[in-house]
Amino acid sequence: MSRIAARFSALREGGRAAFMPFVSGGDPDFDTSLAVLRRLRDAGADLLEIGVSFTDPMADGPTIQAGGARALAAGMTTKRVLDLVRAYRAEDDKMPIVLMGYFNPIYRYGAERFATDAKAAGVDGLITVDLPPEEEDELRGPVERAGLDIVRLVAPTTDEDRLPLVLERASGFVYYVSIAGITGTRSPTMADVEFAVGRLRRFTDLPVAVGFGINTAEQAGAVARVADGAVVGSALVREIGAGGPDMLDRVGALARELAGGVAGARA
Amino acid sequence: MSPDTANSYRMGPDERGHFGLYGGRYVAETLMPLIREVGAAYEEAKNDSAFHEEMGRFHKHYTGRPSPLYCAERLTAHLGGAKIYFKRDELNHTGSHKINNCLGQILLARRMGKTRIIAETGAGQHGVAAATVCARFDLPCTVYMGSVDIDRQAPNVFRMRLLGAEVRAVESGSRTLKDALNEALRDWVANVHDTFYIIGTAAGPAPYPEMVRDFQCIIGDEVRTQITEAEGRLPDTVVACIGGGSNAIGLFHPFLDDPDVRIVGVEAAGHGLESGEHAASLTGGSPGVLHGNRTYLLQNDDGQITDAHSISAGLDYPGIGPEHAWLKDVGRAEYVSATDAEALEAFQLCARLEGIIPALEPAHALAWVIRAAPELPRDHILVMNLCGRGDKDVFSVGDALGIAL
Repeated sequence: MSRIAARFSALREGGRAAFMPFVSGGDPDFDTSLAVLRRLRDAGADLLEIGVSFTDPMADGPTIQAGGARALAAGMTTKRVLDLVRAYRAEDDKMPIVLMGYFNPIYRYGAERFATDAKAAGVDGLITVDLPPEEEDELRGPVERAGLDIVRLVAPTTDEDRLPLVLERASGFVYYVSIAGITGTRSPTMADVEFAVGRLRRFTDLPVAVGFGINTAEQAGAVARVADGAVVGSALVREIGAGGPDMLDRVGALARELAGGVAGARA
Repeated sequence: MSPDTANSYRMGPDERGHFGLYGGRYVAETLMPLIREVGAAYEEAKNDSAFHEEMGRFHKHYTGRPSPLYCAERLTAHLGGAKIYFKRDELNHTGSHKINNCLGQILLARRMGKTRIIAETGAGQHGVAAATVCARFDLPCTVYMGSVDIDRQAPNVFRMRLLGAEVRAVESGSRTLKDALNEALRDWVANVHDTFYIIGTAAGPAPYPEMVRDFQCIIGDEVRTQITEAEGRLPDTVVACIGGGSNAIGLFHPFLDDPDVRIVGVEAAGHGLESGEHAASLTGGSPGVLHGNRTYLLQNDDGQITDAHSISAGLDYPGIGPEHAWLKDVGRAEYVSATDAEALEAFQLCARLEGIIPALEPAHALAWVIRAAPELPRDHILVMNLCGRGDKDVFSVGDALGIAL
C-alpha cells in the first residue's frame, strides 16, 4: 500500500480527517524550508504538499506566488525540490508527500526522468495544476510506471458530465478546489463544500481533500467534518513570508492550531 | 485527420486543439469547462452565416475594411530588387490589425450572453482595440497591463480610459505582457460565469489560437484578391512580424497551400540573439507549456520562463502562437529575426521614403525586407503586412535616438 493510501486508511479507522499543509519547496531557502517541513510534521501534519515553483503560476494568488518567487530567488529548481524531499525522507519514512506545481518544469526536466527521480527521492504523488486529463498522456505513463499517484483537481465548475473523465484514472486522493478562483483569496461556504463533497462521493471511493480559501482552525475543522482532508497553504506561506527570528515558531504554532481544528472536528 | 498527415497545411488544429505537438488546453480544471464552452460556441458561430454577416458589416463600416494593398514604389526603387507591397492594416480603426480579432470575439461574447469583458495588453494596441469594441457594444471592460508597460505606453493607457475601460496594473512577475496574461487568466478563473476573455493573439488554450487566426485571416484573404487584381497572380513572398503571431498567421494561413509562395515570419532579436536579450521564441527558444498551450518559449534549463526583450512592446513576449511552432517544425514557414537597431533604421526609412510611420512591430518585418529585397529579382512580388501605425511609438523611438520630445 502506498504511503498516501496507508495514511488515509489509518485516519479513516481513527475517525478523523487529514491535516494537509502546503508550502513552496525551498521557501525562503533550502535549509529553512527543511526546518519548516519538520515543524509541520511535529505540529501534526498528516500529509505534506510541497510546491514546485514556476515563474508563471496561473492558479495561484499573491501569497503563493510570493512564496514561489522567494524559492526561485534562493536558487531552487525542480531538481533541488527533489533534493529537499530526499533530505526530509531520510528522517521520516511514513509521511506521504505530494508535489504540487505546473507542467512546464516537469516537461523540461523530462517526464520519464522526473517520475523516476521523484519516486527515488521519496515522492508519493503529483498534482499538476495545468495538466487536465485531456493532456496528461505523456505524463501518465511514466508516473504510473514509477508508481506515483496522480491526484486530480475537481472544481466547482466541473459538472457531472465531466466528472467521470476527471476521476477515471485519479489515484491517491481527489483534491476539491472549493472556490472558483485562485489560491488564498476567498473562502467557500461550508454548505457548498458539503454539497460538493457529497456529490464527489457518489462518483469515487477515493479520499476527498478540500483546499483553496481555508485559513483558520475553525474553517479547517468545518471542512474536516465532511471531507477526508483539509489543505491549508496561503495562511502558512504568509507566515513564512513575514519572516523574522521567530518565523519557525509562528509557523509551528499556526500549524498546531490548524491540526487541532482538524483533529477535533468530529469529536 | 491530424495536420501532420493531411495533404493540406490548413486543416489544423485537431479536435483537441493540437497543431502537431503544439497547442492544446493546458489550464486548471476550474477553467476547463468554460474553455470547452467557448470552443463549442465558436464552432456554432463559425457555421452561422448571420454571425459572418454581422462581422462583415462592422468590418466595412466601423473598421474600414478592406484595407488597401499599396505598392511601395519608392522603397522598391531604393532597394533595387523585389517589388514591394504593403498590406495597410495600420489604416484600420484603432490603428492596427488587433480590431479584426476583437470584433470577432466580442460578437461571440454577446452570443454567449457574457456581460463582462477582460483582456491583457502589452503595447496597448490590443487593449485599445478591446476597449473600443466594449465601448461600441456597451460592455464593461477590464484590461490587465504590466506596470512596466503602463510606464512606457502612457498614451495608450489614456486611450483605454477614455474609451471607458478600467486598466489594472499588474505588479506580479516581470510586470509585462506575460504577467498581464497570467493576471487575466486569474481574473477569469474567479469570474467564470459572466466574463469573456478576449485574448489578443493567436495563442492560449484551444480554441483561441484557431479562433484568433480565423478572425485575422481576413488579412490574407484580402491580399489574395487584391494582388490578383494588381498583378494577375499570387505573390512570391509574404512576410510579417511575429510577437504572439496573430497578424502573421492571418496573412500566412490563406497561402499555406500555395507551395510557390514563400512565407517569412520575423521575430524581434532585441539586442541580438547571442546577447540573450531578445523576444525570438522560435529562433532562440525551445518547446514548453505556458498560458494554456504548448509552443516555443524563452525559458531556462529548469523550465522557468525568462524575460523577453524588444524595443517593441508588442513583440515583447516569451512565447509564440502554437500554429507558428508547428509551421516552423514542418518547414512550411521560415522564421528569421531583426534587431532593435535594424527595426529603428527601417522605421525611419519607411517614414522618409513612403510617408508612412510604421509601428515598431512591422518595422521588424520591414527590416528583413530591407535585407532581402535587394537580392531578389525585380519581378519578385513581396507583400509585407504593415500591421500597425507608429504614432504610439514616437516617444520610444525618440528615446532610442537620443532625442528628447
